[in-house]
Amino acid sequence: MMTDTRTPAAGSPLRSSLPPGDPRARSITRGKPHHGERVVKVALRLSAWLSIVITLGIAISLLVPALEFFAEVPVTEFLFGTRWAPTFADATFGVLPLVTATAWTTLIALAVAVPFGLGAAIYLAEYARPRVRKIIKPVLEVLAGIPTVVFGFFAINFVTPNVLQSLLGLNVSTFSVLAAGMVMGVMIIPTIASLSEDAMTAVPQAMRQGSAALAANRMQTSLRVVFPAALSGIIAAIVLGISRAIGETMIVAIAAGSRAQMVTDPTMEGSTMTGFIARAALGDSRVGSLEYNTLFAVGLLLFVLTMIVNMISVQIVRRFRQEY
Amino acid sequence: MTSTVAAARKGASRTLTSTGGVRSMWGKLRSLGFLVFLWISLLVALITLVVLILDTIRTGATRLDTRLFTEYPSSRPAEAGARPAIIGSAWVIGATAALAIPLGVAAAVHLEEFANRHSKVNRYVEVLVQNLAAIPSIIYGMLALSTLALMGVSNKNIVIGGALALALLILPVIIISTREALRAVPREMRQGSLALGATDVQTVWRTTLPAAIPGIATGTILALSRALGEAAPLLLLGGLVFISFDPNGLLSGFTTMPIQIFGWTGNPQAEFHELAAAASIVLLVILLAMNGLAIAIRNRYQRRW
Repeated sequence: MMTDTRTPAAGSPLRSSLPPGDPRARSITRGKPHHGERVVKVALRLSAWLSIVITLGIAISLLVPALEFFAEVPVTEFLFGTRWAPTFADATFGVLPLVTATAWTTLIALAVAVPFGLGAAIYLAEYARPRVRKIIKPVLEVLAGIPTVVFGFFAINFVTPNVLQSLLGLNVSTFSVLAAGMVMGVMIIPTIASLSEDAMTAVPQAMRQGSAALAANRMQTSLRVVFPAALSGIIAAIVLGISRAIGETMIVAIAAGSRAQMVTDPTMEGSTMTGFIARAALGDSRVGSLEYNTLFAVGLLLFVLTMIVNMISVQIVRRFRQEY
Repeated sequence: MTSTVAAARKGASRTLTSTGGVRSMWGKLRSLGFLVFLWISLLVALITLVVLILDTIRTGATRLDTRLFTEYPSSRPAEAGARPAIIGSAWVIGATAALAIPLGVAAAVHLEEFANRHSKVNRYVEVLVQNLAAIPSIIYGMLALSTLALMGVSNKNIVIGGALALALLILPVIIISTREALRAVPREMRQGSLALGATDVQTVWRTTLPAAIPGIATGTILALSRALGEAAPLLLLGGLVFISFDPNGLLSGFTTMPIQIFGWTGNPQAEFHELAAAASIVLLVILLAMNGLAIAIRNRYQRRW
């Protein structure tokens, strides 16, 4: 009997045509294992398993300080409290102000990124000529590669004074969730555009031809045939955009402001979850202190939120997926 | 090939859809409106990119001189520079590459070449790699922070800590792109090697990996450029400090360029904003060069098998 480790994996490119367990399989498809090759394979396997270690590490490193935090602060006060003042003398730990700021920046970012990202994707997948595509795609990649600190600086240095205050005449101060959310939206456009474009390009040509044969024009074909057919991929792209918006740190740390308050209006400033973590990390908090544990409680909430968003995405993709 | 199909499609839809009449007029207007919306969508991204670059250059050009590269941070903007941040970025990215590339490539080789796809562990690993790629970067900073605390390291501001955070952050990206590169190598090449009596490890080392190098290099360079522009995880490791020495080793204190830029944007004086913009220009040039290199490798060496 051969052990599982020596049998070439079914579906692996090294698979032999012989059934697993056949004693001839090894002699025909490969030479005798050289000295030390087992060690190499074990090392490779361990590197792959590192991702398990990392995931567990993240879970433990967030949970342990967060549990210490919840030993001192009741979970209900944390989740439903509306005043976030961890460093005040009368400290309160209601996380809702941070959550409302995150919700506003995320919603504003999506309001920018979803229509324009999908518009760009439809153009690239359905309208653009190959040569135009060849130019525009790398440009979008460059936009995706701009560091988020530079985006944040752009928000306070250009968008707030020139676009919001002068052009739109809004009464906003230097910091606002509106400016941060808008710039974050532009940052996410390439993510949504390129993933949605991949999904639309994967829709078979025959479906477009069928639509054209039924006298649909290009707009009708794009919106009523290609778009629904690519829906699972498009939703996955949007959800990835959402989790990037929730987790984005530097833009909001620079442009959204630092006052932790319930945000009810996009022109207000507010401190998001990530913004709070970034700013609190600047102070030198002792390991194990309540201040230090507070960071990890907010980090855990952030982690759980992005995981929930991811899981919803997996479910939706599974539900709407169509195989061609 | 595709263009002829597209042309045929265009011709077909033109002849088939022109039914005439008022309805068709409305339809044409709507189609035109839709096309205009698509153009606007594209322009929003492109114009923002151009304006961002021009605005950064306009703000920072006056301060883009040798002082930026030779001076240390200072509370007087005229004397301040980004020298320790530039050297610190080089150290942190070098260490990140040394950690993440071997581990990422090894994990990808295991998953793509040796792993039994039907085993439960490997399926978990695949799902976890996908999930790790979607975790906010700041969480990796928290992981590095508590790992250092657990190991009893009292000073969290060390190069190797920052490199650890960034390496874990880009590891999933490297694994995913390396797997794609390996998958693109045709099965026949592996079978040819095996038929000549090579062992499977020799096949991977001498045939499959060399054939996949352009793809791996492209993915790795893009991942490293992401790490170079990343600031959030390093903030947690106390990267925002006044450093008046050159970072000179894995255990040295550090700050990096994105963090230095963040520090300067937080200053109210306009002179510091000029410094931030100047440092941003340097960072953007480096990142554009890395992106360009990655695209050049992809176009020049990547073969369609």
